[in-house]
Amino acid sequence: MNTLREIGQLAEHYDIAIVGAGPAGLSAAASAAELGLSVLLADENPAPGGQIYRAITTTPVADKCVLGEDYWKGGALVTRLERTAAAYAPGCTVWSVAPDETGGFELGLSLGGQARLVSAGQIILATGAQERPFPIPGWTLPGVMTAGAAQIALKSSGLVPSGRTVIAGCGPLLYLLAGQLAAAGANIVAVLDTTPRRNWLFALASLPDFLLSPYLAKGLKLMLQARRKLPFRTGVTALAAEGTDKVTSISVTHGGRTETIACDALLLHQGVIPGINLSNAAGCAQHFDAVQHCWTPTVDDWFASSIPGIAIAGDGAGIGGAESAALRGEIAALDAACRLGRISEAQRNAKAAPTQAELARSLRGRRFLDLLYRPAETFLAPPVDETIVCRCEEVTAGQIRDTASRLGVTGPNQMKAFLRCGMGPCQGRLCGPTVVELIAQAHKVSPAEVGYYRLRPPVKPITLGELAALPPTEAAVKAVVR
Amino acid sequence: MSASDRSADVIVIGGGIHGCSTALHCAMRGLSVILIEKDHAGRHASGVNAGGVRQLARHVAEIPLSNTSMALWHRITDLVDDDCGFTCDGQVLVAEDDEDLGNCRARVDDLTLRGFHHEELIDAAELRRLVPAVSDSCPGGVVSRRDGAAIPLRATQAFKRKAVALGADIREGVRVTRVARDGANWRVETDHGAFLSPRIVNAAGAWADRIAADLAEPVPLEVIAPMLMITARMPAFIKPVVILRKRKLSFKQFENGTVLIGGGYLGRAIRAENRTVLDWGKLATNAKTVWDLFPIMRAAPILRAWAGIEARMPDDLPVFGRSAKHEGVYHQFGFSAHGFQLGPGAGAVMAEIIATGSSNVPIDGLGIARFAPSAQP
Repeated sequence: MNTLREIGQLAEHYDIAIVGAGPAGLSAAASAAELGLSVLLADENPAPGGQIYRAITTTPVADKCVLGEDYWKGGALVTRLERTAAAYAPGCTVWSVAPDETGGFELGLSLGGQARLVSAGQIILATGAQERPFPIPGWTLPGVMTAGAAQIALKSSGLVPSGRTVIAGCGPLLYLLAGQLAAAGANIVAVLDTTPRRNWLFALASLPDFLLSPYLAKGLKLMLQARRKLPFRTGVTALAAEGTDKVTSISVTHGGRTETIACDALLLHQGVIPGINLSNAAGCAQHFDAVQHCWTPTVDDWFASSIPGIAIAGDGAGIGGAESAALRGEIAALDAACRLGRISEAQRNAKAAPTQAELARSLRGRRFLDLLYRPAETFLAPPVDETIVCRCEEVTAGQIRDTASRLGVTGPNQMKAFLRCGMGPCQGRLCGPTVVELIAQAHKVSPAEVGYYRLRPPVKPITLGELAALPPTEAAVKAVVR
Repeated sequence: MSASDRSADVIVIGGGIHGCSTALHCAMRGLSVILIEKDHAGRHASGVNAGGVRQLARHVAEIPLSNTSMALWHRITDLVDDDCGFTCDGQVLVAEDDEDLGNCRARVDDLTLRGFHHEELIDAAELRRLVPAVSDSCPGGVVSRRDGAAIPLRATQAFKRKAVALGADIREGVRVTRVARDGANWRVETDHGAFLSPRIVNAAGAWADRIAADLAEPVPLEVIAPMLMITARMPAFIKPVVILRKRKLSFKQFENGTVLIGGGYLGRAIRAENRTVLDWGKLATNAKTVWDLFPIMRAAPILRAWAGIEARMPDDLPVFGRSAKHEGVYHQFGFSAHGFQLGPGAGAVMAEIIATGSSNVPIDGLGIARFAPSAQP
């Protein structure tokens, strides 16, 4: 592995560029490099691992019990990549991916405050998942953060929230994190479970499959451990963070009664959804996945998107978890090599077969989890008008509801013109799903009919100075000389 | 669906600001209108342009139309019940050197002789007063003080809503497939059935050449994708919109602090897919111009860049007015990346021509006849 620390070290062209060094990106890069392709693996973080294996090579958390045995599996993926000739660029942000006029792709990247355009024959987006927005009254107060953010602090710096900590929401990761934080010494005063009780009805049909799945033992263990050790409240139907300068308490309604719990930190989490900003901005088709209840890029069995040459591997193309992400990266890399003519279709199929079988196994029981932990309507479309939905532009749920019904606004792209929601630096990462949900509710249609934001590059901000200093590509120089 | 749902006094093809404005003004004159739009109102050029409401530096042939429009912009709330985000802080053309300033002087003198007084030559001191952040090397420029900017999609949707309120029938998500003569009427075929009307207005923007071709009036329309980018919020430092003559630049800070940077650099339009692809090399040149002119902007984060799909004519002038061949056919397209300001006025003039047969606002030089084969040298 060739680690690139400066933008000038990047080549003009790679056979394949992979965005994101989580499990999908790491295994895609290793697999492509093993097949002899020139590979660029670009990742925003200072070290490989993505979110799930964040800081796997650098974490100060030495006690292996704290993060759990699954976390340490990430090390093998990095070791495999290290043995290849792939170029790995940490701290490198890919802010644009677009088709060029030669049938390949142009990537806009920034590293160390300098921008560059490079080209690649094939692209694999392995940008992973993000936490589903969880808008409740007071969620913008200091002291309130996502559970995932707390996990980043734990993995990368060994930090736990100080003081009385409340964890609220639903999903398997909620139990995992509660367990990790408790093991690391956090003072968890309450775990507030928002899983709607009636979800069990929908999920039961998928139970038999789940009973055979690898999730079962692991999941049960996590949940039972957390429940046994931590103060749980289930059936939570309303939440509000309270405080003036910072969160000082949380108001929680469960079983028809409301109580106030004093706290210094509130961690929110209601599952993860694909991070679609880069694929959306690149123009890849997407659809609304009714089971996972989120927008998902549309991909085929090889994880190829609607744009030939762009594949999306890992949780970025539908939530499947770390193990499945690594397998999907492997399969996407084989297809990319085939598209580049380096291996035949027959070779691709033969090499992929065992991985595909393993993938099917690893996804077994997923549907049960998706249905069981589907967030409640009240936490997807906040009923309290004053709840801020777009944090960048400070747009509330009430404003969106009112604009949708009074002005007849039927989609999020039109909503931007009236309220500016989704037009701040995060480009809708924190409001998009909620805005769609609120519009759908106002017009009594499904989120699928409402559509999603059309996103624009740069997918992450670059400075005007960086852009102004963008060196011309070799192709552009040649065009001028000619 | 009854026949009355399918016919009207006027059918407008295209729901950009021009189509919506014409529909509104026709409705105000008591005509029944059906507007047919393949996506939603303001989906393309009208919704994603820079929002400049500019009389400054226009070709003389479109100044009368622009003047008519500016009067409407200044009472836009009365017209459409929404302020459309319109602000009036003037637009300034900055001269980058003395030669540039000389050209500005010649332009303003020429306009004065023609009886137009909206452009005003300014010296370095007045330029500094209007645009304190501009680089010290700029010797002056031209200001058009009644100019400003509005929010494009909001404005287009406001015209649509007001037209609907006055009885216009706006059909969004309906694609015109063919236009043909049907007795005394024009038959507009769509993917949702056919519509009939004695009068049709071709306001189909970047798709208008297809309608014109159906009518045997082919036009050399180029589909372009002018690019724009916007920054994060910056401290307030500039009120008017700034444009340049020698280098391409259009520069505007909104009240919320964000700065819009454009100037007409073109990306790639993929018309059939409603898509555009940006050209970062050109955007870098665009950014370099701002870097030179406004040092305060050098560290500003660029949040988004995009391009709209627009129609450009070879002479950069719109096609506006009656068909050269057919009774009951009117053209209103090809605004060549500067049609947003013209929308309100062009709709009013078009409706007047449709309803009364003529207008006092001169539109000489804008007719489709200039592209007829016989008109070619």
